[in-house]
Amino acid sequence: MKKFNAMFDAMDTFLRTPATVTGGRCHVRDAVDMKRIMITVMIALVPALVFGWWNVGYQHSLTANEPPAIWPCLWFGFLKWLPLAVVTYVSGLGVEVLFAQIRKEEVAEGFFVTGFLIPMIMPPDVPLWIVAVATVFAVIFGKEVFGGTGYNFLNPALLARAFVFFAYPSVISGDKVWISGGAELPTATDAISGATPLSLVMNGHTEALPSTWELFLGTIPGCIGETCKIAIFIGAAILLFTQVADWRIMLSVFTGGYVTAVICRVTGLCPIAGYDQILMGGFLFGAVFMATDPVTAAHTRAGKHIYGLLIGVLAILIRTLNKGYPEGMMLAILLMNIFAPLIDWCVVQSHIKQRCRTRVVRRKTYNL
Amino acid sequence: MKNYLGPLGKDNPILVQTLGVCSALAVTAQLKPAVVMALSVTLVCAFSNFIVSLMRNTIPPRIRIIVQLLVVSFFVIVVDLLLQAFLYDVSKMLSVFVGLIITNCIIMGRLEAFALSHKPFPSFMDGMMNGLGYGLVLVVVAFFRELFGSGTLWNHQVIPDSWYAAGYLNNGLMILPPMALILVGVIVWAKNGTAAKR
Repeated sequence: MKKFNAMFDAMDTFLRTPATVTGGRCHVRDAVDMKRIMITVMIALVPALVFGWWNVGYQHSLTANEPPAIWPCLWFGFLKWLPLAVVTYVSGLGVEVLFAQIRKEEVAEGFFVTGFLIPMIMPPDVPLWIVAVATVFAVIFGKEVFGGTGYNFLNPALLARAFVFFAYPSVISGDKVWISGGAELPTATDAISGATPLSLVMNGHTEALPSTWELFLGTIPGCIGETCKIAIFIGAAILLFTQVADWRIMLSVFTGGYVTAVICRVTGLCPIAGYDQILMGGFLFGAVFMATDPVTAAHTRAGKHIYGLLIGVLAILIRTLNKGYPEGMMLAILLMNIFAPLIDWCVVQSHIKQRCRTRVVRRKTYNL
Repeated sequence: MKNYLGPLGKDNPILVQTLGVCSALAVTAQLKPAVVMALSVTLVCAFSNFIVSLMRNTIPPRIRIIVQLLVVSFFVIVVDLLLQAFLYDVSKMLSVFVGLIITNCIIMGRLEAFALSHKPFPSFMDGMMNGLGYGLVLVVVAFFRELFGSGTLWNHQVIPDSWYAAGYLNNGLMILPPMALILVGVIVWAKNGTAAKR
């Protein structure tokens, strides 16, 4: 039975509170452990997920010319999501348990949120084996190589999406993939019907753009979790209220993105209004659930502002300037994940310099 | 003989010394150019080691780098012309990277570290083995990149059409250089992992 130690330990921690207590002297107890944080994030994701189920069914029935009733739509989307989630958890947790067993460590809780996020940022019809390959790649090369949960410098869920984006572009870009069954349905043959708002703008079809209200409500084609902005705001409120996510990052991502979008509009680079840019694609979802990941974000307060601001600016810039990459948010967050430690280092260095300077001044003034 | 086999395994120039990685990323998208590149580097490395070793007692130390570069560039030009004459398509594919063999750190490294202080025959063997050690990694990386990236090996389709019909897709990331870096990393990982156990 010793071979399954990692598995046993994982189930034990998952179902019960472990009795192990830190042996050291200084011992501050807090109910918020990693498990609690993960569960909070998952609760915050639920509204967006439930709306995503409904929207997958709704978009499908629109293209299939069926009446969009609420419960059948919800059920249709749920059945689309379930295999994605099962495949993600089985493949991801399989790798985690394997590594924990080899390294003789406990299985960390880190994959629960990652596995929850991955199906939400995929198109509904993505082949399951691709999801499995992407998840395994992301867990091994995004996390385990660097030492496991808490040591990763890239967001594993986004890495999985980036892997699919670069390795199998045909299943995650273009106009046909965003509606379930869109590739087979005869009504989806004209290019516009299945396109996301972002790709409409990229191809210059701005007249076919959904209204701001539709963008806000989320009745548009897209990834499973990203479309409904109300649900994302509810999630953001939960994360901010429980202080799991930092408001500095969210605020600065919005500021950076909005200001850049307005500048793009004014200079004529992009014909879309700033608020529409914020509501389009995965910008809000990324800002609330991805950029705020406490492991991969910057840790210093000033660093968080810089980090968030640059994510917002880069996301909008990639969108407007590079026609090949309509979803700039993913690339912007991954890029800034890489720079987050550098930002932190610069902030800490500048603090040290400042302290040194004030100390010299004090010594001179008070003749110490 | 045993002394010369190090570069193939535990003293591999790419995996241990991390030299020559740049060209290893650039030419390994397919097996054929990778093999040709491996052979070219092996030839250049072996013969320039040999020539420099012959001249090692007459080269003034202060200008030895220039002399080494001249020798290396001579063999690079020979290899380049040979490729253009007999393997024109591969030569086109490798393009600038044949010329860039001259900047491959493995060659300069072996000249400095070995040829300048050893006799011609050991130098020749050392250069050849280092070139082959470099080539070994290139071929392994290129094998996986071509197999998963294009579904072919040596330009012959390996993955059957029925797989594609069943929904299999070529991995586009394998064609891009970043994946070569990750694959080299995986080989280093596997090597260090097995070395640590021993």
